[in-house]
This record gives sequence, C-alpha cells and structure tokens, in this order.
Amino acid sequence: MSDLTGLTIVEARDGLRKKSFSARELADAHIKAIEKGRALNAFVTETPDLARKMALESDRRIASGEARPLEGLPLGIKDLFCTKGVLTTAGSHILDGFKPPYESTVTRNLWDAGAVMLGKLNMDEFAMGSSNETSYYGPVTNPWRRKGANTKLVPGGSSGGSAASVAARMVLGATGTDTGGSIRQPAAVTGIAGIKPTYGRCSRWGIVAFASSLDQAGPMARTVRDCAIMLKTMASHDPLDSTSVDMRVPDYELAMTGEVRGLRVGIPKEYRLDGMPGEIETLWQKGIAWLRDAGAEIVDVSLPHTKYALPAYYIVAPAEASSNLARYDGVRFGLRVPGKDITSMYENTRAAGFGREVQRRILIGTYVLSAGYYDAYYIKAQKLRSLIARDFDEAFEKVDVLLTPTAPGPAFGIGEKTDDPISMYLNDVFTVTVNLAGLPGLSVPAGLNDEGLPLGLQLIGKAFDEGTLFRVGEVIEKAAGPTSRPQAWWEV
Amino acid sequence: MSVDKNTVKRVAKLARLAFPEERLEAMAGELNRILAWVEQLNEVDTSAVEPMTSVVKMSLKMREDKVTDGGQPVAVTQNAPQGEDHFFAVPKVVE
Repeated sequence: MSDLTGLTIVEARDGLRKKSFSARELADAHIKAIEKGRALNAFVTETPDLARKMALESDRRIASGEARPLEGLPLGIKDLFCTKGVLTTAGSHILDGFKPPYESTVTRNLWDAGAVMLGKLNMDEFAMGSSNETSYYGPVTNPWRRKGANTKLVPGGSSGGSAASVAARMVLGATGTDTGGSIRQPAAVTGIAGIKPTYGRCSRWGIVAFASSLDQAGPMARTVRDCAIMLKTMASHDPLDSTSVDMRVPDYELAMTGEVRGLRVGIPKEYRLDGMPGEIETLWQKGIAWLRDAGAEIVDVSLPHTKYALPAYYIVAPAEASSNLARYDGVRFGLRVPGKDITSMYENTRAAGFGREVQRRILIGTYVLSAGYYDAYYIKAQKLRSLIARDFDEAFEKVDVLLTPTAPGPAFGIGEKTDDPISMYLNDVFTVTVNLAGLPGLSVPAGLNDEGLPLGLQLIGKAFDEGTLFRVGEVIEKAAGPTSRPQAWWEV
Repeated sequence: MSVDKNTVKRVAKLARLAFPEERLEAMAGELNRILAWVEQLNEVDTSAVEPMTSVVKMSLKMREDKVTDGGQPVAVTQNAPQGEDHFFAVPKVVE
C-alpha cells in the first residue's frame, strides 16, 4: 500500500482484483507523483479530475464484479493520440488549443478496457526527434543521471515524456508511437520496456500522422509482461484505418512461457558499427550469453543493406511528413497568423507554428518529391526499402528472432547533439530498419553501464510474431536481473 | 545535386513556409549536408528492384460505398481559429 506507484501493471491488476487498494487510491498516488515530478516536464497536460472520475467508475465495476481487462490501471498518453475534449498538441505550437472532437482508436480501446487516463505526455514536435528536445513545450529530462553527476540527460525521443513518466513511476505504463525508433530508443535509455508492433497491428486512426507507411503505436512499461498486457488491448482491427490488419490479436501472456530452448536467435553482423562504444558491444555479448545459457541456438546472419536504412528513412519519412503536414494551414484548427492574403496567411502560420526540425524535414520532403527529383530520391529509397525487407525475409528463413542493441549509446546531455542533425539521426541506426520493413521490435531493459545509465537490447521478430518477442524478451529481462530504479532527485 | 538559396526559396514556397531571406543560406547548407549523406544510396544498383508499395503483404479491403458519418457541423468547425455559423472563415480569395 505504501508504494502504489512502484507496482508493475501485473501487480496493480492483482491488487485491484483482490481489493488490496482501490482504483481511486491508485490514481491518487500517481496524481501526486506527477505533481511532485513536474521538474521532468514529462506532461503537456495533466488530467487529474478525469483520472479520478474514471477511477471511481473502475471501483464501481470492481465492486459489482464487472471489471474489464485493464480496470483501474492509470496510464499516460503520448500527446500524438487524439483524446476527445482534451488538448492534443503533438508537441507543436501549430496545434495550439486543439481539442479533438473524437478519440483515437488505440486510446478508445484502452478506456473501453477500463484504463484510467492521467494526462498527455510531452514528445518531440510531430514525433520528429530522438531526444525530446524539439518539443514546443520544452525538453523532457531523463529521471536517470550519471553516477555522481547532476548533468541533465535527454530521455530519448520522440516518446520522451512517455519514457520519463514510466521510468519515474508517475504512470504504470504509457502509449508511444514509433516511426524510426521513437518507442524503443527512449525505452532503452530510460531503463524500461517498449515495443513497436508489426505495421498494421494497431490502428493509426486518430493518431496525428507523421509518416504513414512507418508510424505504429505501441506500449511502454516497466516490464515486458506489462507491455504484452497493454498491447493485447491496444491492438485491434479497425475499419477506420485501411492498413490495420484483420487478424486475431493473441493473448500474448500465454506465449510467455519462459522457454527458449531450441529457439534460433540471429545476430546480424552489420549491426556492429565502427566507433560503437565498447559498453554496447559488451551488452550485446551479454545478451547473446543469456540466451545461449537459456538453451537458445545462436546463429550469425547477415542483413547486407543495413547501412542504407537510415539514409532511405530520411527520404521516405520527410516525404510522407511533408504531405501529411500540409493540413496545418491555419484554417480548420490550431494556430493562425494573419497575412496580407490567404497564401501569406498559410505561410506565416506554418513558419510560426512549426519548429526548426519540422521545417527542415518539410523542406527535404518537398524537395525530394518535387518535379525531376521524385525518381532519384523517393523511388530510389523505396527500392532500398524493398532490399532491406528482403534481407529480413532471408534471415528469418534461418532464425526465429534477431538480437541487436537498441541504441548506439546511453542517454546523452540535453543540448549535446542539437547542432548536428545527422549525429542526432544516428540514434535510430538500429531501430529504423524495423520500421522500413514493417516488422515488430521490442526493447528490453538489460542493465546499467559503468556510469549507472540504463541500456537496452532489441529483439526483432517476424511480421505479427510479437508473442515470440515477449517470450524471449522476458527471458532476457530475468537474466539481466531486477531493474533498479532512478533515485527520485526530481521530487519537490 | 546541390541546393542553393534560390532552390530553398522555391521549395519553401511550394511547402507554404514563409522563410526569412537571411536564413536561406544556412538552410541550403543544412539541406546539402543531408542530401550528400543520402547520396550513398546510389552505391546500390537497384535497376532490377521494385520499389516497396505496401509495408505488410495484404490487399486493401473493399467496403460498400455508403455514407457512414456526417451532419456534425459543430464538431467539424469548433476548433477553427476563425469561423461563423459553422463555416470556416478565411481571408478574401475572390474579388
């Protein structure tokens, strides 16, 4: 009872069912933790009144024996998901004051299953970033600090508020979205678990679009099992998203047998980069040893086009973004900056409403799609994408799952990489391949480095085989030992 | 392929972004660095490769062509920065 915010989703679910505490008490404990944690800037909007109201309904249902799968579990929502009547900003100035008159399918699924909303979480503007520093609402601070230092570190991005709030015990779990690594990279550098499901698993309806052929929603939580529980509810077939698949969502917990004997785990040699920190290589070797010790068979594989993934991504994603972001014109929602005629109103609104990184990507996207360049850039990138997907298909003829590091390093300092876009983009070097091929990828917390900062390992699976990722992920998580938690230096 | 100031100006116009003259040069430099970096894709011979058109192997579903929603002028216009009587208001576009 004393540490309701320290529970996992599994523990909280059991405690609520056994009536060890009420949903209202659980919500209040988290509301208090959020108030005390404002220094981290993880939330754009807190919704304590809504949380209490939803918790009361959960208590009523628990009392009357009508509890739903996520009854009474308090969650945070990345501010990219439209939430009915609640400010939704995508981390951008251009969506000033936008209160959607509808609910995204993923969040609708969560509320219909009884989950409680604590608020909307900070993020890189339009999910474009790997450090949460591009948000109009300011950077999020990672709850983790280097041993003996008080330098403020980034929580990764773009789902930085989600990662920080989960790691800081302000929410039991959070939704994220992942276009090039935006769930997995922040999960890794904050010591939590996060999965980008197969493209099509979760409906994209009601999620502010960044790059439609890459965007996918997924859960972030403190354990692999907690992610499995959340994904079971978040995933669904949705007629409102024509790319959502009409396929049964398995009960992922049933797949988590703890058994990996005979499983073939591929180690792609191209993920060993020049200049990669020694601690990342060491971590990877540890992961390999844990799975070998658990009875898995380790197989070397090759994904020859890996190095082209990031440059291909930086054509495809900005191209799709420039098209998706054309809708922000100062007419139907958000910010409007007047001009001498309608065109200058559009231009002034977009110049004032979009931040630097978003403008840069819109310009790249517009350029690569413009007359004369479409074949040279966009079609070329889509061809590389076919080759990258084919590499995975061939590897999955030999193995069941791939093991790689999640990110090329631990959390870095706020402001350290903002001057150089390409060095920032390199944060996604291990995660972006998965988005290009539409595959599922899970980041598992795998311990701390010498400086006391968390690192993550990534498992990549076959399309729609999230169950195997959860099963293997839990084995790694157990082998890595109990997750330590960051010291609550931020509490006021 | 190198981007100069005028190209940035033209692309910014296409993208409907007001772009101050004094930032054009710097942005041209940033775009050139990124474009030079993506040039490495040309190392790969893709003449026999089909571009990806669908991320997951599935065919799009067909549905009956009928109206499923509508008649919600308030919900549709309530977020408009300027509007009147359930209309969006914009600067004059026709003389």
